[in-house]
Amino acid sequence: MFRSRLPAEVRRGVRDVAPLLVGVAPFGLVAGAAAVDAGLTPLQAVGLSVVVFAGASQLAAIDLFGSNAELLVILLTGVVINLRMLMYSASIAPHFRSLRSAWKSLCAYVLTDQAYALSIARYTDATAELDATERRRYYLAAGGSLWIVWQCCTILGIVVGARVPDAWGLSFAVPLVFLSLLIPAVTSKPKAVAALVGGGVAVAGDVFAVPLDLGLILGGLAGVVAGVLADEWLATPDGDADAGGAH
Amino acid sequence: MPTEYGPLAVWSVVVALGLATFGIRASFIHLFGRIDDVPDRATNALRFVPPAVFAALVAPAFVAPEGAIAVVGNERLLAGVVAAGVTWYLDDVFATIVAGMATLWLLRFGI
Repeated sequence: MFRSRLPAEVRRGVRDVAPLLVGVAPFGLVAGAAAVDAGLTPLQAVGLSVVVFAGASQLAAIDLFGSNAELLVILLTGVVINLRMLMYSASIAPHFRSLRSAWKSLCAYVLTDQAYALSIARYTDATAELDATERRRYYLAAGGSLWIVWQCCTILGIVVGARVPDAWGLSFAVPLVFLSLLIPAVTSKPKAVAALVGGGVAVAGDVFAVPLDLGLILGGLAGVVAGVLADEWLATPDGDADAGGAH
Repeated sequence: MPTEYGPLAVWSVVVALGLATFGIRASFIHLFGRIDDVPDRATNALRFVPPAVFAALVAPAFVAPEGAIAVVGNERLLAGVVAAGVTWYLDDVFATIVAGMATLWLLRFGI
């Protein structure tokens, strides 16, 4: 059989990522549908998914394009959302140390919450003991599967989204996706403080019409500061050594 | 409401965000060996980026969809509360979207 000729770690990566693909699919559909809803052309919507390939920042950018925010603010907001991937990059870097530069770049391009979480779990599994090639195969099988599903769902979302009437309020799916990322990300009291302050400042920014749609960035920064302070004050062991918990 | 930005503006943001995001992802993967570790304080702060930013994205859309805080007659807030309950119990993106959109449509188009 064809499947059995694939290297073992490729099969393993695809098998492990399969359940996560089900969760990524609706997210990708929304990314495509919301993009055309916000007035982006189908090509721009696909471009966003291929060039950026980071769902949360894509949706935030789409949302801000729709409200005609300043271009620099759209960019900055996306960057702030993607800053969490610095953690993943730092954490996974030792496992990619011996790869050639081109492989490193490819691995970096497909670095996502899901590919990171799966691969770190696999690499730190004491019973596995993978060599550099096996690690690369596992990671790229998982990350590549996510990439393919993401692009296909974006295209499907573009096709479907263009046919849905405006009255259905399809853009409301964007905050719903963020809601489904937010709730699992609140895993401790300091993180709850970060979320409350982040959300509160962002609402205040909207209500008091902070210029340039900066409310989102200010909310994010205020939330991070509040989370760090709450963490120090509460000084209880956080109990979660996770890397963000986001999808 | 559709964007008024032309193709050049949209593509500039797409490319710039793509490059910046790649830079973030590639940073330590390419630098490892020269910089061995992120400072603990930075890692600690980065843990709070997802809850803070996701809440900042969610809250205004539910609490103040028209730019002012609205509770009475705010169909999006009610839809958001229903969707939050579904996420809490099922932790499933698809179920959350379906619950939220279905509630919005029920309130908007009536039963």
